Amino acid sequence: MDLVLSEEQELLQHTAREFVAGRSSLKRIRTLRDTADPDGFSRELWREMARLGWTGIILPEEHGGLGLGYRDLMVVMEELGRGLMPEPMLSTVLLGANAILLGGTDAQRREHLPAVAAGERFLALAWQEPGSRYDPHHVETRAERAGGGWRLRGEKIQVLDAAAADRLVVSARTAGGARDADGITLFVIRPDVPGLALERQMRVDSRGAALLHLADARVETDTVLGQVGGGGPLLARVLDRATVGLTAEMLGSMSAAFAMTIDYLRTRIQFDVPIGSFQALKHRAARMFVELELARSAVMHAHRVLDEGRDDTAVARAASLAKARCSDAFLLIGNEGVQMHGGIGMTDEHDIGFFLKRARAAQLTCGDAAWHRDRMARLDGY
Amino acid sequence: MADLESFREETRRWLVANAPASMHTPPQSPDDICWGGRKMRYPDDVKRWLDVMAERGWTAPTWPREYGGGGLSKAEAKVLAEEMAKLRLRPPLVGFGLSMIGPLLLQEGSEELKRAHLPPIVRGEIRWCQGYSEPGAGSDLAGLQTRAVRDGDVFVLNGQKVWTSFADKADWMFILVRTDFEAPKHSGITFLLMDMETPGVTVRPIKLISGSSPFCETFLADVRVPVRNVVGRMNGGWLLAKALLGHERTMIADAFKERDDAKRLVALARRYLGEESGRVADARLRDRIAQLEMDQACLDLTLARARDGAKAGHKPGPESSIFKLYGTELNQRRRELMVETLGPQALGWEGPGFAEEELKVTRDWLRSRGNSIEGGTSEVQLNIIAKRVLGLPD
Repeated sequence: MDLVLSEEQELLQHTAREFVAGRSSLKRIRTLRDTADPDGFSRELWREMARLGWTGIILPEEHGGLGLGYRDLMVVMEELGRGLMPEPMLSTVLLGANAILLGGTDAQRREHLPAVAAGERFLALAWQEPGSRYDPHHVETRAERAGGGWRLRGEKIQVLDAAAADRLVVSARTAGGARDADGITLFVIRPDVPGLALERQMRVDSRGAALLHLADARVETDTVLGQVGGGGPLLARVLDRATVGLTAEMLGSMSAAFAMTIDYLRTRIQFDVPIGSFQALKHRAARMFVELELARSAVMHAHRVLDEGRDDTAVARAASLAKARCSDAFLLIGNEGVQMHGGIGMTDEHDIGFFLKRARAAQLTCGDAAWHRDRMARLDGY
Repeated sequence: MADLESFREETRRWLVANAPASMHTPPQSPDDICWGGRKMRYPDDVKRWLDVMAERGWTAPTWPREYGGGGLSKAEAKVLAEEMAKLRLRPPLVGFGLSMIGPLLLQEGSEELKRAHLPPIVRGEIRWCQGYSEPGAGSDLAGLQTRAVRDGDVFVLNGQKVWTSFADKADWMFILVRTDFEAPKHSGITFLLMDMETPGVTVRPIKLISGSSPFCETFLADVRVPVRNVVGRMNGGWLLAKALLGHERTMIADAFKERDDAKRLVALARRYLGEESGRVADARLRDRIAQLEMDQACLDLTLARARDGAKAGHKPGPESSIFKLYGTELNQRRRELMVETLGPQALGWEGPGFAEEELKVTRDWLRSRGNSIEGGTSEVQLNIIAKRVLGLPD
């Protein structure tokens, strides 16, 4: 497959760009933050996105989706990123629905996926724990058999969009030591089961997140996703896909932040000239452009690798390549964006700061650049 | 389509029948590559490969037959390239004649110039060099001062060119000279073709910090060049030169794509720094290797994306500046990483106590420092991106 968009994808891109420009200003993002919106996003916009088919792009037609590919999702994610849209594509589709699609029984898929595609069900994946950093196999939350079901005890952190979720996909250890890849089991559970409590977390990027307290939460046997003890590899596959999707969002966000900064360089006058005429700024702007172009190639490649149905190792390599690049590039553009805007860039009133905050949050989600470089070295045998 | 398939069949049969066995391997050293010209002697099989290919015009497959080219369509030329790649055949001829001045003459040259110069390029008889930079005109190339004063049917050239690649091995030079001394600097430049045998031309190789001499200085003292050797318009040379420069940058990026096997760095790291449970022992170096290889992968993907875009009919962007800038800096980082991996063993210049490979790592590192200078410095590339791509004001 070539590294170019198809005509259909260009059309989808156009639609998505218009949608984001017309329906989601940065002012809306600011209001969601300032009003401490309990969901952290707009359910109405989500329903519109579902009507456009975006919530089901990567879901099979038999489960109500469009049965399209990751490159189609990519163009939408990029546009959502341009507008810093917090609507829960990452949590509900890329993490939650993917876990069920890749690991669930046919009954579980039928129960959840059509509802996700229709925009009527929100999902969240609870995989991070205190101290687990980026290792999805570091799971200390325990699940023990109890009566006809399971009893869960432990603590999950930064569960994205948990407050709105209709179901939580939770990783818990059913065997083995705290960092073993084996012995992890995923459960799909309702947020209202006794012993489960959510506590809202406030993050630097204002996205919805929560602590999940599991104090002997009782769940039924049929909540197990896939095989008991087989959740480790499943989690890794889900996270790689979500990581790839996240890089497309990051690409859109950094493109927007870069465009905003270039615009400022062209129009801001100091010493009687536009500041963009200063070589000290020009060269740094050109460096950012190079980083942006390289990031775009890595992101397109990662989505292509998924669409080509390549094996898990190839996907992991492509995901690491894209995530390492985007983490560094987005942060560079965020930092330089604030610096080049000068004093106004430091004010809460200006939008550029929102991009810097999102750059940091995205960098530290699903592994930062150094973590992905180390993983790449391992995958390449050194 | 059927025609193309029979062309493919025919081509493969002909290549198998006519390519010397030794040409089915990649060149072992730069000396194995055939640049043609009157001054070099090439091994018999290299010469024979050149001659049989040139006879069909397949050293310049898409050039018109009337100028000695192969007269192939783009699709046929692609088939030829594919079949040569499948048989792992070396290019029979490379050089500035085929890649730079030839295509320019086809577009802008007079009929007389085309007939005089294209066939010898195709046959590899004449090797070309490029006379652009001067001691006072490097990054600011348009500031060049070599004077060409008209005297009847000839120009009389006086001045000095520098950084001319392989001027000591070339037979002809395409050269930028100043023909209008009053006009703004970009509009007084003319593009000329000059025989290196002309009286008054002196060439002196430049020894680099790496010890090698791929470049020369060329001194011009009352060199008489016929007026008919002007390419394009009088005083219209700058536009032609600029077009060729863009081309050169893409060539440089492509050259750096032919990098060492990625595994080489890892192998060196294992050898010089040891292993711990199968991994390169030094975590800091491991990270730098991974960073470098991942940066390289992103550049390769971007080159592929540009090619795919061109194939899909998209207008080529100003990527060539990105590629030159980033490709050369990557190569420099690779060389530095190798030197640091070798440690004190990278301190050799020649003689005992240092392996051939170690000496080469050191010399390659020194040579690579020039990558971000030659063909337009990195700073000039950044200016080009800022101006032409980002539209930042002067």
